[in-house]
Amino acid sequence: MFDQILQFLLTGITVGSTYALVGLGFAIIYNASDVVNFSQGEFVMIGAMSAVALTAGDTGLPLWVAAIAAVLITMLVGMALQRFAIAPARGASVVTTIIITIGASIFLRGIALLVWGKDLFPLPSFSGDEPIQIGNATILPQSLWVMGGAALLVFGAQYFFNHTTLGKAILACSCNKTAAHLVGINVSIMLLVAYGLSAALGAMAGILVAPITFTSYDTGVMLGLKGFSAAILGGMGNPMGAVAGGLLLGLIESLAAGLISSGYKDAIGFIILLLVLFFRPSGLFGKASVDRV
Amino acid sequence: MPSNALLQVTGLTAHYGPIQALHEIALEVNPGELVAMVGANGAGKTTLLHTLSNVHKATSGQVIFDGQEITRTAPHKIVQAGICHIPEGRQVFAPLSVEDNLLLGSFTQRKNKAWVAEETDRIYTLFPILKEKRRQAAGTLSGGQQQMLAMGRALLGRPKLLLLDEPSMGLAPLLVAEIFRVVRELNEKGVTILLVEQNAKAALGIADRGYVLETGRVVLSADADTLLADEAVQKAYLGH
Repeated sequence: MFDQILQFLLTGITVGSTYALVGLGFAIIYNASDVVNFSQGEFVMIGAMSAVALTAGDTGLPLWVAAIAAVLITMLVGMALQRFAIAPARGASVVTTIIITIGASIFLRGIALLVWGKDLFPLPSFSGDEPIQIGNATILPQSLWVMGGAALLVFGAQYFFNHTTLGKAILACSCNKTAAHLVGINVSIMLLVAYGLSAALGAMAGILVAPITFTSYDTGVMLGLKGFSAAILGGMGNPMGAVAGGLLLGLIESLAAGLISSGYKDAIGFIILLLVLFFRPSGLFGKASVDRV
Repeated sequence: MPSNALLQVTGLTAHYGPIQALHEIALEVNPGELVAMVGANGAGKTTLLHTLSNVHKATSGQVIFDGQEITRTAPHKIVQAGICHIPEGRQVFAPLSVEDNLLLGSFTQRKNKAWVAEETDRIYTLFPILKEKRRQAAGTLSGGQQQMLAMGRALLGRPKLLLLDEPSMGLAPLLVAEIFRVVRELNEKGVTILLVEQNAKAALGIADRGYVLETGRVVLSADADTLLADEAVQKAYLGH
C-alpha cells in the first residue's frame, strides 16, 4: 500500500509540476494586465508541437536546439497575440479581452490542426526511458526533468518579479496603469514582455512533459484548464500560489486516479476547485487586497 | 515666437467623448517658478495635467517643453524628457513596498545607480517616515504618507518640471501645511513646479504666479499676491 501511495505521489508531482508552470503563466499575464489568458494552454501545445516538428525526420535538429527554437517560436506567437489581438482592443473591458483570448486559442488550435493533423506525436525523452527505482516505486528520468525544470523556472520567475526592476515594472502596470505611465514605464512594452514570458513558460512546460504524455493539436485544452484551475486554487495573481495550486491539483488527481478510479480523476480535481471557490473565493493562498484611498 | 519658458502651452483643448473639458488653454511656466493653477472641482485641472503628460490625448493645441514639442509624445518619453507627475489621489502602487515604489519612480534613471541611491537617501531624509516603513506595502500607509511617497517617487524621476495634482486632497489641515512647506522647499532648491489645487489659499500662498481655471478655461492669470487680493477670486475660492 505504501509503495503504491509513493508511486501515486511521484506521478502526482510530475503532473502537478506541469500544471504549476501553466498556472504560473496564467498568473504572470493576470498580474500584468488583470486578464485571464485562455490561450495559455495553446502555448504549451505550440511549444511541444514545434519541438516535435523540428526534431522530426532525417533533417531534424538535435533535441536541445529544437527545444530552444520551439520556446522562441512560442514566445513570438505569444507576443504576436498581444500585439495583434489584445493591444488593438485597448480600452475594452477585461471580460472582452478574456473572450478575445478564448477566440485566439480556438484560432491557434485550428492552425495546429491544419499544419499537423490530428495525430498524437511523441517527443524523445531527454535522457532515456530506463525507469529509476525509488523504494518499490519507479520514476521515469523524464519525470525528474519535469520536476527539476519546473523548480528552476519557478525560482527564476520568483526572482524576476521580486528582485529585478523589470519584473517590478510589470507588476506596476497591473496595479496602476496610469501611475506606471507617469513614472516613465512603457506599458505596452511591458505587456509584450509579460506575454512573451508566459508563452515561454508554457512552451517549456509543453516540451518537458511531451515525452511522457505525447502531444497533439488539442493537448492545450485540458492543460490550459488545469493550469487555470491551479492559478485559481492558489489565488489568482499570486504566482507562488499558482505553483502550489498546480502541485496540489496534480497530487489530488493522481491519488484520486489510483485510490478511487482513474475515470473520475478530472472530475475530482474540478470538484475540489469548486469547493475552494465556494469557501475561499480568493483561493487557498490569495491575500486580502490592501487598498486605501 | 521664441520664448525661454520651460513649459509653454498654447490653444490646448481636450475632450471626454463629445464633451469638451479644456478650451484653448494657454499657460507658461518659467524655469525655477512655482506656478499654481487653482479652480473648483470639475474645472478641468486634473484633465489639464493628464493632457500635459499625454495620458489623456489632446484634441488640438501645442505643448512645448524645454524647446521640444511634446503634445503627442508617448507618456514614458515625456517622463524621460523631465516632466514628472504626481497624480491626484497619490496613485501609489498599493501592493508593492514603499521601497519598490521609489525604485519604480527611478525607472527612467535606472542606469544611473549612484544618483538614484543618493536621491533615495535625500528622500528618506526629507520624509523619515518613508524610511521607517520602507518594507511595508504602500497601500497600508496613511493618506499623508502616501502623498509623501508619491512625491518621493516623482522626484526620483529627476524632474525638470514637477506636475503636482491636488496634494491637499483628503488630508488634515496640519498635514496640508506640512506638504505645502515641502513643496515650497523643493521649489527653493530649484525644482520648477506646476501645482494644481482646489485649496486656492494654500496654493497661492506659496506660489509665484497663479492661473484661475473655470469650466476648462483660464479666466485669470496674475502674480499670486495679486490673485490673493483679487475680489472675484476671494469671493469664489477663498470664502471671504
